[in-house]
Amino acid sequence: MSANRREHDDELGEALGRAAAAAELRTAPSARSRQRSAQDAAAAAARLSTRVAADGLADVSYAPVDSPFGTLLAAGTAAGLVRLAFPEESVDSVLDGLARRISPRIVEAPAPIEPVRRELEDYFSGSRHSFDVALDWSLIGPFGRRVLHATAEIPYGGVLSYAEVAAEAGSPRGSRAAGNALGSNPIPIIIPCHRVLRSGGALGGYGGGLDRKRFLLELEGALPARGA
Amino acid sequence: MSGVLPPFQRFLDSNREVVWRFLVASVGAVEAEDCFQETFIAALSAYPRLRPESNLRAWVMTIAHNKALDSHRARARRAVPVAEPAAVEVRGAPERAVRDDALWTAVGGLPERQRSAVVLRYLGDLPHREIAAAIGCSEEAARRSLHEGLTKLRKAVPA
Repeated sequence: MSANRREHDDELGEALGRAAAAAELRTAPSARSRQRSAQDAAAAAARLSTRVAADGLADVSYAPVDSPFGTLLAAGTAAGLVRLAFPEESVDSVLDGLARRISPRIVEAPAPIEPVRRELEDYFSGSRHSFDVALDWSLIGPFGRRVLHATAEIPYGGVLSYAEVAAEAGSPRGSRAAGNALGSNPIPIIIPCHRVLRSGGALGGYGGGLDRKRFLLELEGALPARGA
Repeated sequence: MSGVLPPFQRFLDSNREVVWRFLVASVGAVEAEDCFQETFIAALSAYPRLRPESNLRAWVMTIAHNKALDSHRARARRAVPVAEPAAVEVRGAPERAVRDDALWTAVGGLPERQRSAVVLRYLGDLPHREIAAAIGCSEEAARRSLHEGLTKLRKAVPA
């Protein structure tokens, strides 16, 4: 290739770069038009996620949900809410888990999560005492299901001991196994594992931290509010 | 994470810009939206069947490339000129802008495979291997198409 021609090729490459700039591409000369292309792409992607969730093409949709604990992550399938994650859990690791255990067809879309968001808002404001949203139990194993079904029966304001829940679940494996099943509850707050305490009334454990367990029990009136 | 596909949303977020840029460049800003939606809906539908070690970017560019071709063909059937230049924001010397415009028109006039190779290389920023995967040919053939495309452009737009 002659030096002349190579020079022309370089120029051609540059001109293609400018043509790209004209079409508002990555090689655009100004940060502003580059930013606009990125914004257009983000908006198109958001329209896509909303649409595939509405058309039922995604297997899992998720959205952030505000709470007194910070931003929760709620994820649901066609069957119902499958996961509610506390703020400390990284979004990436929650989504990786859902991709592995349910399906990688996961999109962010607030509309399917809206009923969950509304019910949680009402619950935290004290105006809702039970949840009506459908639940998807598929992340919960057979033993966990028995324990968490028994837990879901504990009414607002009530508590049971680990041993009582284990007995309700028909478990020969006792309260320790029940405690483990409660600790891995994928849908805390809504499946009210915070209503299970040690015999004698000590708080026991909580996946989201004991402060939150106490907060929820005080909200429900099962514990006297601190300072009262 | 090895052995597991990333959640689709993460795949979408990390490829939306390159796909958007490619589509705006190859079909124009107006048609890009529909092509973008069709590209990712097709990707979503096939997604769980992919092998986790697949090159996801080359894969989605292949789909985008096919959607762009469909759009070109549909436009050709409607007898509208192929690959009209996207809204051009003029910068720099006017004569240079005119020449760039001519270049852009020349890109639109290239045969399908050459145009795809040029657009994927310069606007999609894909290496030869991924251009080959997107077009569905050997790496050598992709190199050749790119070279032929550039040769034609060189003639169409003299220095």
